[in-house]
Amino acid sequence: MELMINGAKRSSGYPANGMAIFALRNELNLKGVRMGCGEGHCGSCTVLIDGVPTTSCNLPLEALAGKHVTTPEGVGTLEHPHPVQAALLEEQPGQCGFCLSGILMSAVALVDSGSTVSEDDVRAALDAHLCRCGSQPRVIKAVMAAVKKVKTV
Amino acid sequence: MSTVTLARGFVKNSLDKNPNLGQWLHFSQPNKVTLMVGKVDFGQGISTALAQIAADELDVALDQIVHAPINTQDSPDEGVTSGSFSIEHCGGAVRMACATIRAVAVARFCAARGVAPESVTVQAGVLSSAQTSQPMTYWDLHLDDQAGAPVLQDAPAKPSAQHRLVGAAIPRIDLAKKLFGGPSFIQDMDLPDLLHCRILRAPNRAGRIVSVDEASFFKKFPDVEILRDGSFTGVLAQREDQAVLAMALLQKLVTWQLPANLPNAADLHTFLTTTPSEQRIVDEVVAKEPLKPSATHVEAWYQRPYISHASIGPSCALAQWTDQKLEIWSHSQGIYNLKSDIEVYLKREFPNGGAPQVLIHHVEGAGCYGHNPADDVAFDAALLARLAKGRPIRLLWSRADELRCGPSGSAHLVKLEADLSEEGHIDNWTHTIWSNGYTARPGRSAPGSLSFVAAAELANPFETPVSLDPPMSAGGGGDRNAIPLYDLPNYKVVYNRLLEMPIRTSAIRALGGYANVWAIESFMDELALSTQQDPVAFRLKHLSDTRARAVIQKAVEQAPWWQDHSQDEEGVGRGFAYARYKNTGAWCAVAVRILAGTSVRVTDISVAADVGLVINPDGVKSQLEGGAVQSCSWTLKEELMFTNEALTTSSWDDYPILKFSESPVVTVALIHQPNEPSVGAGEATQGPTAAAIGNAVYNALGIRVRKLPLNMDNILKSSG
Repeated sequence: MELMINGAKRSSGYPANGMAIFALRNELNLKGVRMGCGEGHCGSCTVLIDGVPTTSCNLPLEALAGKHVTTPEGVGTLEHPHPVQAALLEEQPGQCGFCLSGILMSAVALVDSGSTVSEDDVRAALDAHLCRCGSQPRVIKAVMAAVKKVKTV
Repeated sequence: MSTVTLARGFVKNSLDKNPNLGQWLHFSQPNKVTLMVGKVDFGQGISTALAQIAADELDVALDQIVHAPINTQDSPDEGVTSGSFSIEHCGGAVRMACATIRAVAVARFCAARGVAPESVTVQAGVLSSAQTSQPMTYWDLHLDDQAGAPVLQDAPAKPSAQHRLVGAAIPRIDLAKKLFGGPSFIQDMDLPDLLHCRILRAPNRAGRIVSVDEASFFKKFPDVEILRDGSFTGVLAQREDQAVLAMALLQKLVTWQLPANLPNAADLHTFLTTTPSEQRIVDEVVAKEPLKPSATHVEAWYQRPYISHASIGPSCALAQWTDQKLEIWSHSQGIYNLKSDIEVYLKREFPNGGAPQVLIHHVEGAGCYGHNPADDVAFDAALLARLAKGRPIRLLWSRADELRCGPSGSAHLVKLEADLSEEGHIDNWTHTIWSNGYTARPGRSAPGSLSFVAAAELANPFETPVSLDPPMSAGGGGDRNAIPLYDLPNYKVVYNRLLEMPIRTSAIRALGGYANVWAIESFMDELALSTQQDPVAFRLKHLSDTRARAVIQKAVEQAPWWQDHSQDEEGVGRGFAYARYKNTGAWCAVAVRILAGTSVRVTDISVAADVGLVINPDGVKSQLEGGAVQSCSWTLKEELMFTNEALTTSSWDDYPILKFSESPVVTVALIHQPNEPSVGAGEATQGPTAAAIGNAVYNALGIRVRKLPLNMDNILKSSG
């Protein structure tokens, strides 16, 4: 199956009805898509499909066909971080950091939407993500900082 | 007095077992110092803090410190990374090792250049002196010839005034990679020709397989192997997606025999108080002078349910078993103890010798809050690798097994009794505990027994240990924080450790310190309010420890919402609690503001803590804050569910944890004590946060809830 991932054409030999996460992680080596529950409950495996945050552990691979898929590897680099990544580095919310790559994707979608965003909107947008270390307050602060930065640029 | 069985293998420091410089650091890489430690990172940021300590003591830059991979061949054996001991034990050893080698380097430089020691300065590992134009570096001075020399306990470590990095909010050295999608966790690890496994597990540890319809299985999955030894059963597939589908089918094709041996979930009180137990008097103090008869007697029972570790990343291990070597990659908190327990199995299997040599590599996993299935999955992987005959395998536990088959935090019951004088002073205090023990980690139980979940499933099973407790010198277990911190003329603490363990329990963050502090600090409010005293003032009245008083005052003073009630809507409540973790660790006070409506939501938390010398203030704050948020989750929401045959908690739907929309705003203040020894911070907020919430619920609703979690069900049952 032909795929468009992080702006590049990729090809997968995995079954079309198999879960997308295994092709992304094990075949295409996109390990930033973390495997958390396999049931779409925790948000660790979130990717953007045409800009929409979607869990990939309960999604058949064929759902990616013809779409633009973004994984954490395609968001920014250390040299040129996305404003959300820059804000997360600034606020240092990570304890273990396992949940952060999924959270990053939802936050990027929210910030890039360009709409006016309140703290409650941030909390609502991240509610599909579970964090066990208790980083939530710092993540919320970081995403609000990114929202403000994007608005003032 | 009857003898008490305690868990074994606790150490007082890291240097006794690893006394030599070469066990801690070497200079073999140009311009870098390689630090070797046995304490592992699982979200608490210890590697950043240790690099700060080493870089400061050696006068090198932070990025000149390189952490050596941690494995059972090369790393110092520092036991288990637990109990908030890493900064004290490992940090202390690293500081002395670095101070020792720095002194050697200075002496050699002085000898080589004929300069006076007082004239020497070191920067980025370069030694210079105004008395010579020829500086030298650590790497010129052949310091690795000191590898066999001892770390000097009295090496000239720097006073806090000379610290550059210690005390600074250095960003975590591991975070950037994680934020840009890099492979960061054991779950992301690959090996050449790796095969993928999933495991079949009964929803009750005592469950056994009656039969498996293998014919139907192989009709559907002819290329997937089933690996079995007794009831221990896994599948082995070329691809991970196949392993997942194959296990889903196998779960439908198995017939279990599940004994009806689990407690009545609706009446844990009876289970805890009637199960055979071992009683010990933890501590008892009797006043020298007889006291006047008491004016008021108060007693109350407090109960916590079983809770799950519930790490976001399911436990994982990789393993390869050849004739000579069993190599395992694990996120265990104690790889040396894991190795010694795996060797118990090997010794039995190879009575005449010829067992493979075990080598365990530590690889970071997702956040860990105690004895989770990290060790179980490593033993599972070893067994599967044996059956896989030389091929490397990777095993990931399922979400369901992660929640219900790993060790849980024990159900814990506390009865508190107190007598108050006419002046409102506590004269008598009795604290009685019923609980399972708080550790069955590898290396902690009676020699010969194995706590791995698979060990009891084998055709030739091992004895399953009943959890024990660390000795009080290591902080205690079920009795952790049960000795009152207040100035009381008479008190008695009694612990009944259960001798049966139908639901598997072991170490979870703060051990018994969570439930005991919740009970004590709820009871302190009950005592204060029953005698019309302010709860904070009531605590201060019984507390002469100045560092305790300082954090208490700070926690309430820094929170504007503590005094200002002008914006209060209906349902707002405030609560307060204090504890010194383990009675010997961090002093920590917590004030909370809640909103009680159709559920309880914690809106604000104010934490004040004193951890002695702070290595990394941002790291300490992050740990205290994360602990407070996690404690909100435990306290408001969490409870393992089961019938008499099976644990029924099997997904995040059954085990909700605190969500972003429910998250509080947290403020943390540190009381700086640069001349006091560092104590751990990672577990200090667990207990006080719980009690502060319970006290706030009473403040908001007038209902005292003595059964966790503080959900609507328990609140309604506690009213009237």
